[in-house]
Amino acid sequence: MIPVVPLLRGGKVYSSLDVQNVNPVTGGDAVAQVTMSNSGLIKRDLLNLEESREALAKFTTQELLDITLAAGDIFLNDDLPVGSSGQLQSPEDYLLTLAATSGLPHSLIRMNMKRLHGVFSQVPTIFKGLSRGLSPEVLDHGYIDQHEVKVAFVPTTNALGVILPSNSPAVNALWIPSIAMKTPVILKPGREEPWTPWRIIQAFIKAGAPAEAFSFYPANHDGSSAIIRNCKRVMLFGGDDTVRQYENDSSVEVHGAGRSKILIGDDEIENWKDHLDLIVSSISANSGRSCINASCIVVPKYADEIASALADSLVTMEARSQDDPKATLSGFANPKMAEWINGTIEDGLEEGGAKDISLDKRGGTERYVQKDGMHYMLPTIVRCDSIDHSIGNTEFLFPYASVIQMPQDEMMNSIGKSLAVAAISKDQKWLNELVAADHIERLNVGAMPTNHIEWDQPHEGNLFEFLYRRRSIQVA
Amino acid sequence: MTPDKAKENLDNQLKEIINWHFSDDTGTPFWLDWKAKVGWDPRKEILSFDDIHKFDHFQDEWLRDEKNERFVPLGMKGKPFNVFETGGTTGLPKQRVGWDDYKHDYEMFSNTLSDEFFPKGSNWIMVGPTGPRRLRLAVEHLAQHRGGSCYHVDLDPRWVKKLIIRNQIDEVERYQKHVIDQAVEIIKHRDIGCMFTTPKLLESIGERISIPGSGVKGVFCGGTTMTPQSVRFWVEEVLEGKTHLVPTYGNTLMGLAVSRPLDDSYSVTYYAPQPRAVLRVVDPNETAKTMPYGEFGRVELTTLTKEFFMPRFLERDEAIRREPTNDYPWDGVGDVRPFGAMTKKVVEGVY
Repeated sequence: MIPVVPLLRGGKVYSSLDVQNVNPVTGGDAVAQVTMSNSGLIKRDLLNLEESREALAKFTTQELLDITLAAGDIFLNDDLPVGSSGQLQSPEDYLLTLAATSGLPHSLIRMNMKRLHGVFSQVPTIFKGLSRGLSPEVLDHGYIDQHEVKVAFVPTTNALGVILPSNSPAVNALWIPSIAMKTPVILKPGREEPWTPWRIIQAFIKAGAPAEAFSFYPANHDGSSAIIRNCKRVMLFGGDDTVRQYENDSSVEVHGAGRSKILIGDDEIENWKDHLDLIVSSISANSGRSCINASCIVVPKYADEIASALADSLVTMEARSQDDPKATLSGFANPKMAEWINGTIEDGLEEGGAKDISLDKRGGTERYVQKDGMHYMLPTIVRCDSIDHSIGNTEFLFPYASVIQMPQDEMMNSIGKSLAVAAISKDQKWLNELVAADHIERLNVGAMPTNHIEWDQPHEGNLFEFLYRRRSIQVA
Repeated sequence: MTPDKAKENLDNQLKEIINWHFSDDTGTPFWLDWKAKVGWDPRKEILSFDDIHKFDHFQDEWLRDEKNERFVPLGMKGKPFNVFETGGTTGLPKQRVGWDDYKHDYEMFSNTLSDEFFPKGSNWIMVGPTGPRRLRLAVEHLAQHRGGSCYHVDLDPRWVKKLIIRNQIDEVERYQKHVIDQAVEIIKHRDIGCMFTTPKLLESIGERISIPGSGVKGVFCGGTTMTPQSVRFWVEEVLEGKTHLVPTYGNTLMGLAVSRPLDDSYSVTYYAPQPRAVLRVVDPNETAKTMPYGEFGRVELTTLTKEFFMPRFLERDEAIRREPTNDYPWDGVGDVRPFGAMTKKVVEGVY
């Protein structure tokens, strides 16, 4: 019997009458069914979140941090309930189911599981980083004395709404700390990926977190809209259009294209071969799906040579069977997405001013391939004459990067908004300018990949500041 | 009534209506001209409803392009008529003429309502599209036919559709709040026992007040897709398992199709007010053929009254063809949704 994943309404299981099959990407029988929420039900639930909030308020922040720590091990190792009929899912079952419905290779899922475990296990450090070193007690009392100054915080919302995508289980890392921040979560999973948020919730509950803190609503677009319109704080994932739609809405934090970059300074460019592995890893880790993967390499010279060397290194990243231990390239659950990406790149190449360096390395074969019924985009390095080229400063959901040559002193003003920038240089004057640059969200200084994360540094927005705002307090 | 008797009634109605609209004494100018143009006389060739496919589909443009007077049967000449409108966001909307059809339709509907949940003498509130729509007069007539009065709160669905198309969702919400504010005030301060509204407005009213707690015993609802899950949610939560829900399917061109009583599946099946109107679920690619029972197809409407004859109009909806019942011994339409809902985005607005 395949599992039927229900809704969770403030921790209470609810089986909707709207049942949809979740099918393997490669075809064949459904591996599970998901019951879908109607939007009115979500709206109604969001009017009554007091119980969820009160359930978390009964715990101290320290207790919730401890629960989160324990939940990480449970997530990684335990059999956990899946569906409403008491079936249990082992970590291996989770991996196989997620692989079947998302197209991710097993090796990448294992990597993502470890990454999520890392978030659970580093949650005290993350809390400290996000709250700028405050004691966890601040959320128990509402205020605290710090350096002989009272600091007080008030919640900005009753719950955190999260509209999750289907293409990357690791994005669940973004909401995990909210439980320790005493904020219930309202999760709308991606169509092909209810598994990871569901398993995280079950791990939290097994570790002792109150079930009331978790709401889980598989839904169509109208369900997403209900959450976005009715939750005071919402995280969602989308493209440039979505980012633009909400850029003036402080209640919505959109995680869009990162356009992360590697910049090499004049002082390090002669050593570019020493940094090649770092650049390859920045482009290709997690199959190039993260917003902190580098999608643009900017150098003052040797752009042709660097592009060629990168393409040589990445050509070994092939479409392999999902269970091949060497598989590092993710397939696309939705072939239309792969077709759209391929078409966009081809259109860009036809404009002129850009050359696909990987094409020759592949022996002139197609970039878009199919294997075992799955759809893949093979790694692509494009040498662009200008960063303003239509495919010169863009990001796709596979290992893709443009290589641009420009003088060092033009880089900072040319790169545009960038989520992560790895600046490979020791030129302190230039680094100081980059440190002061408002359009760079995360700056990795020195020989460090764009996807390197320190747990005490906020990643793409500060969750604590999103869920709490400082307010004045005076106590007689 | 047996299915055979229902079929006999339908065939008799069809013959009577065709005779009315196509005879020189009582006929409708539009149909008389149509007959002259196509070169065959439906009075001779349409002998039963099985022959209805000899008509091509009624074109909705005719209700925009033709003057309304062209749809006035000679048999009704000189009697002032109502003009009712349907749909439309830009340009001239579809219009139809009418006299007493809406009264007949809603009196028939009234006979299906229980006195327990729609008590005789109770006041009604209608929260939904009024203006040029037949529904405005029809719900008021229903209330008065059952001995009560009707309060109205207007909603302009054309404006809401425009706002949605422009992605002005904030404005949609402000407008919806404006409508709900008015409805809640009336429900709170007047003695209201029954309500007509659309599903989305029903949900919004239920977020503001307890509907059964406010004394509303019965709600009839219509206007959009009603999935089993949504219906269950309205019954169990919005109406708290106390106020009775009657889903309906209808429009200005048909009248009102009633639903069979809900069961645990919460799947809604409607039955047309046959023989005055007939709903068929047809193969979208070969519309002369009905779909097998249990399968989705496009909804086709034929209206058969002396006031209005409209053969084989293809609705913008699809539905499951359902079996006849003892109460309704003709085909039903189940789980109605916008035609192509599974393959394209459809703007349903606040309905």
